[in-house]
Amino acid sequence: MRKLRVVIAKPGLDGHDRGAKVIARALRDAGMEVIYTGLRQTPEQIVSAALQEDADVIGLSILSGAHNHIAPKLMALLKAQGIDDVLVLVGGIIPDVDVPKLHAIGVKGVFLPGTPMQAIIDFIQVNVRARA
Amino acid sequence: MDTTAETAKRRWERETLEPTLKKAPERATAFTTISGQRIDRLYTPDDVADVDPVQDIGTPGAFPYTRGIHTSGYEGKLWTMRQFAGFGTPEETNARYQALLKAGSTGLSVAFDLPTLMGRDPDHELALGEVGKCGVSIASLADMETLFEGIHLGDITTSMTINSPAAIIFAMYLVVAEQQGVDWTQLSGTIQNDILKEFIAQKEFIYPPRPSMRLIIDTFAFCATDVPKWNTISVSGYHIREAGSTALQELAFTLRDGIEYVQWGVDAGLDVDTFVPRMSFFFNAHSDFFEEIAKYRAARNLWARVMRDRFGAQSDRSLKLRFHTQTAGVSLTAQQPYNNVVRTALQALSGVLGGTQSLHTNSLDEALALPTEEAATLALRTQQVLAFESGLTSDVDPFGGSYFVEKLTREMEDGAMAYFDQIDRMGGMVEAIEQGFPQREVAESSYRFQQAFERHDKVVVGVNDFVQEHEPPIRILYIDEGAGERQLAKLQALRASRDTERVQQTLAAMKSAAAGTENLMPRILDAVRAYATLGEMCDALRDVWGEYEETPVI
Repeated sequence: MRKLRVVIAKPGLDGHDRGAKVIARALRDAGMEVIYTGLRQTPEQIVSAALQEDADVIGLSILSGAHNHIAPKLMALLKAQGIDDVLVLVGGIIPDVDVPKLHAIGVKGVFLPGTPMQAIIDFIQVNVRARA
Repeated sequence: MDTTAETAKRRWERETLEPTLKKAPERATAFTTISGQRIDRLYTPDDVADVDPVQDIGTPGAFPYTRGIHTSGYEGKLWTMRQFAGFGTPEETNARYQALLKAGSTGLSVAFDLPTLMGRDPDHELALGEVGKCGVSIASLADMETLFEGIHLGDITTSMTINSPAAIIFAMYLVVAEQQGVDWTQLSGTIQNDILKEFIAQKEFIYPPRPSMRLIIDTFAFCATDVPKWNTISVSGYHIREAGSTALQELAFTLRDGIEYVQWGVDAGLDVDTFVPRMSFFFNAHSDFFEEIAKYRAARNLWARVMRDRFGAQSDRSLKLRFHTQTAGVSLTAQQPYNNVVRTALQALSGVLGGTQSLHTNSLDEALALPTEEAATLALRTQQVLAFESGLTSDVDPFGGSYFVEKLTREMEDGAMAYFDQIDRMGGMVEAIEQGFPQREVAESSYRFQQAFERHDKVVVGVNDFVQEHEPPIRILYIDEGAGERQLAKLQALRASRDTERVQQTLAAMKSAAAGTENLMPRILDAVRAYATLGEMCDALRDVWGEYEETPVI
């Protein structure tokens, strides 16, 4: 069976990458193929990385409060590319009131501070679209 | 060596401890600090037999300053209660500053938003959704004028957390002082101006390491003659720790960064005793109480010895390590946020017992958002309770002489020296960063802690133990998009009203200075006075120096 392929991305200007790196390593240790984009990626760059890498999952790490701009843009770009089978997750500092907004635009999982790595691994395994 | 003490400890272990352990085993096979450092169950004189109370510990206000840089500790002067704040537009932040000063805050500390920290104007593509979110947006001198409206710069000290564009933001502050009629020699405050920890941890870099270092050395030289009371740098371990380092790595990398700046200053022809006295440091106050106190004590001892032995500093002021402390943001939990008040109080306590010169206490809601005014006030009150009700300030270095704390202090010193040697062998900190060494060390420690947390080896109350279902939400500060829109409108108005030709001339002069070797500060000041924007000035330097792209280390 093909390994799950996950793109972990840091969009926006923020450089706080501890969370992104820890989750990248935890997913790798859980047997997934992880591609970490590095810092300051635009939504366009992230979608292009996901396409190139044939990603099953995109994980965005956002701590700066820019999620209401970045996530909708990324979802629109995915849609424009006809991609509807990639599981999109957001992790970071997201005010409670914004969580339903993110779900409404198609972000399947929103993970707040203190989430155990195992919970994210389990979520991916349950929710990822099975592919050939 | 005191063999009686050793015998006493051994005898205690054999006669008292072992029978006890047989009846009632301990809760863990090994106790470790939050950094993973093994801790003995008991320390005795034997553990500190090689620590000389006179040579190694000394007395407060005297070499090697382990017990403090001030002879009378806090009896002479309390620490400065400096609460980091900034959000939205300069108008909104100015109002918060007025409130903080009224509430008894004794210094200001400016938090800038990400576009400002990264040298981008609010209308740049990458500033999308970020304007005013994590701090205040400052796009030009006009914004800096608003930020300090009604606040006389001669009467306060201001700390500005700014790094890659520090020289430019500092120049804006200087010009506001000029407008208020305050002589630069009367200005006091700090710019963080520490690029090395950005490459290691916080990642708010713009230019490659070498031109970034040159810009910092230019500020050292400029301030030595023109702004002599200004702290030109706050060499920061805070962000290294937040990124997941251990206490020892925080200490070692920060001081080695300090050594790197001194070396670059010396190489540029500066006399150590002209600029080192204006260097200050910034540490994290994390949750492991005794380890933190040992870290601050070791920091003072190490700096004094390094400055004397490695750089031949003559002035006492070059030997004294002054530092700011902030409680650990990373320790705050979104779950059961009121627990954060307790965490912060304990962390602040370690900073005070460690002899900090100034302190920021985090607010209880900061794992969720920037703090509300109520939460920020409670955080300040926490410091006031420590300062005025606890009796903490009546004795200097109360843990001095504790077998445990002295042993931890010595271990910190030895561990840091070993890191210094390793980094020296790589050719220095710039080279070590280029090779990804400190970045790898921090990533390793961060992952090890995460694993310990997942295994429940390290308990975080309310998160992986003592969890509470159905918590009532607390009110948080919500920054809307209005700030971004207002900043954009002001920027457009500024661009339309200023003397464009003068802006272009001053930017061109900045570029030619950047390509040569003259001190950049006078050129930056000219561009600031012409109302060039922060983004335009940073772009001028980008054109000459390029931008840094890191190879990510996971």
